[in-house]
Amino acid sequence: MNRLLKLLSLLLVAALLGAACGNDDDNDTDDDSGADTTAGAGSDDSDDGASLVVYSGRGEDLVQPIIDRFEEESGITVEVRYGNSAEMLLLIQEEGDNSPADVYYSQGAGFLGTLSEGGGLADLPEDVLDRVVDPALRSPNDDWVGVTGRARTVIFNTDVLSEDDLPDSLAEFTDPEWNGRIGWAPTNASFQDHVTALRFILGEDGAREWLEGIMANNPVAFENNGAIAEGVADGEVEVGLTNHYYLYRSLAEDPDFPVQNKYYSDGDPGALVNIAGAGVLSTSDNQDAAFEFMRFLLSAEAQQMFSEANFEIPVVADVEPQAGIPSIDSLVLPVFDLNLLLDLEGTVDLLIDVGAL
Amino acid sequence: MRVRDAFESPLLRLLGIFVGFSAAMPLAYLVWRTHELGWGEAWEIASSERSLRLLWSTVRLAVAVTAASVLISVPIAWLTTRTDLPWRRFWIVVTAMPLAVPTYVGSWAMIGALGPRGMFQSWLEPLGVERVPSIYGFWGSFIVLTLFSYPYVLLTVRAAYRQLDPSLEEASRTLGQSSWTTFIRVVLPQLRPAVVAGALLVALYTLSDFGAVSMLRYDTFTRAIFVQYRGALNRNSAAVLGLMLVVLTIAVLALEQRFRGREQLHRIHGGGARQAVTAPLGRTGRVVATSALGLLATVALIIPLSVIAYWMWRGARFGDPVLPDWSLIRNSLTASALGAVAGVAAALPIALLVVRHPGRLARLLERLSWSGYALPGVVVALALVFIGAQRLPWAYQTLGMLVFAYMILFLPQAVGAIRASLLQISPTVEEASRMLGKGPITTFRRIVLPLGRPGVIAGGSLVFLTCMKELPATLLLAPTGYSTLATRVWTATSEGFMARAAGAALALVLLSTIPMAILVAREEIRGGSSRGRRGASAGVREIPGSPGQSDVDGTAIESNPTEAAPSQRTPTD
Repeated sequence: MNRLLKLLSLLLVAALLGAACGNDDDNDTDDDSGADTTAGAGSDDSDDGASLVVYSGRGEDLVQPIIDRFEEESGITVEVRYGNSAEMLLLIQEEGDNSPADVYYSQGAGFLGTLSEGGGLADLPEDVLDRVVDPALRSPNDDWVGVTGRARTVIFNTDVLSEDDLPDSLAEFTDPEWNGRIGWAPTNASFQDHVTALRFILGEDGAREWLEGIMANNPVAFENNGAIAEGVADGEVEVGLTNHYYLYRSLAEDPDFPVQNKYYSDGDPGALVNIAGAGVLSTSDNQDAAFEFMRFLLSAEAQQMFSEANFEIPVVADVEPQAGIPSIDSLVLPVFDLNLLLDLEGTVDLLIDVGAL
Repeated sequence: MRVRDAFESPLLRLLGIFVGFSAAMPLAYLVWRTHELGWGEAWEIASSERSLRLLWSTVRLAVAVTAASVLISVPIAWLTTRTDLPWRRFWIVVTAMPLAVPTYVGSWAMIGALGPRGMFQSWLEPLGVERVPSIYGFWGSFIVLTLFSYPYVLLTVRAAYRQLDPSLEEASRTLGQSSWTTFIRVVLPQLRPAVVAGALLVALYTLSDFGAVSMLRYDTFTRAIFVQYRGALNRNSAAVLGLMLVVLTIAVLALEQRFRGREQLHRIHGGGARQAVTAPLGRTGRVVATSALGLLATVALIIPLSVIAYWMWRGARFGDPVLPDWSLIRNSLTASALGAVAGVAAALPIALLVVRHPGRLARLLERLSWSGYALPGVVVALALVFIGAQRLPWAYQTLGMLVFAYMILFLPQAVGAIRASLLQISPTVEEASRMLGKGPITTFRRIVLPLGRPGVIAGGSLVFLTCMKELPATLLLAPTGYSTLATRVWTATSEGFMARAAGAALALVLLSTIPMAILVAREEIRGGSSRGRRGASAGVREIPGSPGQSDVDGTAIESNPTEAAPSQRTPTD
């Protein structure tokens, strides 16, 4: 019995110690912020070698190699919290002024726009903003930038279809011949951004009509883009509305993956290019290091890494996309500004209304 | 009565109130958020057609999963405790194992295996089967949730079965009743508290589960809450759905109260010291039973494990790193172990109050302890993010905060197990200790804790197991950079790296079998020889005449032929 009691108390002590260690960290940052308001944080930062907290809505497998490289080059320690882009935004919102985060790295422009609108993001330096070739790929308020481009595509199963079998426009998937053959992910942020875009491109009524047309074709709803790619490969559905790069990951795991991308272009509603982007929180007490990180994300080296490892589209002029992937300037950029994507609520209401959610 | 004085310490109440207060935090957060939205609009959302549809689909799923879990568990409990089933010990372990599979892993594997174009269909393809029936929607969620949560019922029912006094059944048979009638009229009523206790865990788990319903695309409150959070980012309207879920939980608890409230406390002579007669199954019976259990094990264990193995193999073939990092394993184990300790520590005052000081306060605290369990992890986590970041920045994003969340989420599992154990301790022992001049803390340490150890271990193991599988709270509350096996499975699958997810998923399932083994082993000892247990685990001499009695939860029914102290009656309300 005494053993059990000892074990229990030992575990408790360990827990308290763990919490206490955490305290120290937090106290440190508290001190930092105190120093910020009075004298400026420069000396403090050099004290603990400067560390940065990134909330990433993008997965560890994509982001960590780039973080590792940045740490190596800059000597700045980076802690990353991985999660879903929306959940990370919720986290920042709930944390309010006390958010430990310095950088928010999001899967879509809509979430960044939401944060920007609420005054949650700090203005970025000129040199960071100027790296992004197309002004449409960065915030009109100069407080976030696109880091990589993610094209919306239609993937199809190459065992049952060839590229010629696909309609010339995304709008035509409402044709009854596609009944039961379409896969999508209505809860996915990229998809929802696409629908928001459609509301501007086709108008509210046009977007609703299109959604209703797709719904009439009994689309199969998947949990996420990865699942769509699997579903198309398995033949559960024949085509899927997804982002261009998921396919390449599956190909990396299985070169015989029977799936291919169809890119739409020339102002077609299917030609949306969304971004994965990042911004620095206005509550960050470590903005210089955060800007340094932003610079690195847009450096030729990091852009090359994103392109090679994830097949994403570089947003800077001096890096080319991987073979077979259109470059950012060859894709027709959305005519509206990406900040319009922040009307997510209207999109979700629409999706609920047509029965997709 | 003097007995009541044994723990008449303000400290206990204070601790109990503290735990109850903690458990009520998510609830308070939801009320506050709803208030922000305005109650008029909240009512509009709550009474909208969509909400009512969600209510119906959620209730339908919870009822179906609970009923199926009971129907699976009772026969298995009987087969593995009362019959000459071949490889009985093997089946005892295997039938409890599915609890170690998280539903998001289970659903994912089920889709791979039984999906419209899954493995199963590919086997049937040569026979000309183009499409198997879709497993998405109600049926898939129903099957997955049942398969991976029925052991909650099985564990409690099996424990009760073990401690059932066989002499009552014998009497019934002697009086000329058939074995079926005996089962219905004698055994079943005695098992009912255990069935109800397990069913409650399953029903409320179903309400809060997100993994299965999201992957298998069945619309429940929990899924709708996630959709709100993910898309519209409207925290306030999500809170309304959360509150509706709380109301549903209150309804379920009231239902449970009704069912167990009617139950009379009964004492059983002889207790576990008597060996129940083994029912011979006969040759056909053995074959049928073994194939049925084999089928269950195939669907609930072999299929998920082989799908995971297949993903791993596919990834390994192309050189993808499939084995999870050591740090992930270490983090998972540390956080879960601390979660178990915290869960047990928080459950003790609640259980003591409920058992020794039944009354309004105890009842309120017990109810509150359920509120976190039935809410989706993301709701509890966001409440703690809000409270933590705004009010307790020194604790925010520490391991302590995560452990605290685990405590709130899984408290009832520990309370149930510990209460069952405490009910077996005679208050006269505590009374004796107090009369000999020992204070309440010494009495607790020297008497209650040793005698209640089985419950502490069982409750702790259950909480540990559940913490291992927990995902949403871990993602939001863990210290930044603190990854666990569960979060690893999530990040890898969400980005489509199936092979990498598979390694972590396999490790998660395998490590979760440790607490599973403890639970099952405990079950064995408890059922095997209660005399041995009482002597050994107590570490104190058995006090002659210490009454034991059946507990309303029925997880432990063991007794001694002396009169039970009336004060020991459990509150029925």
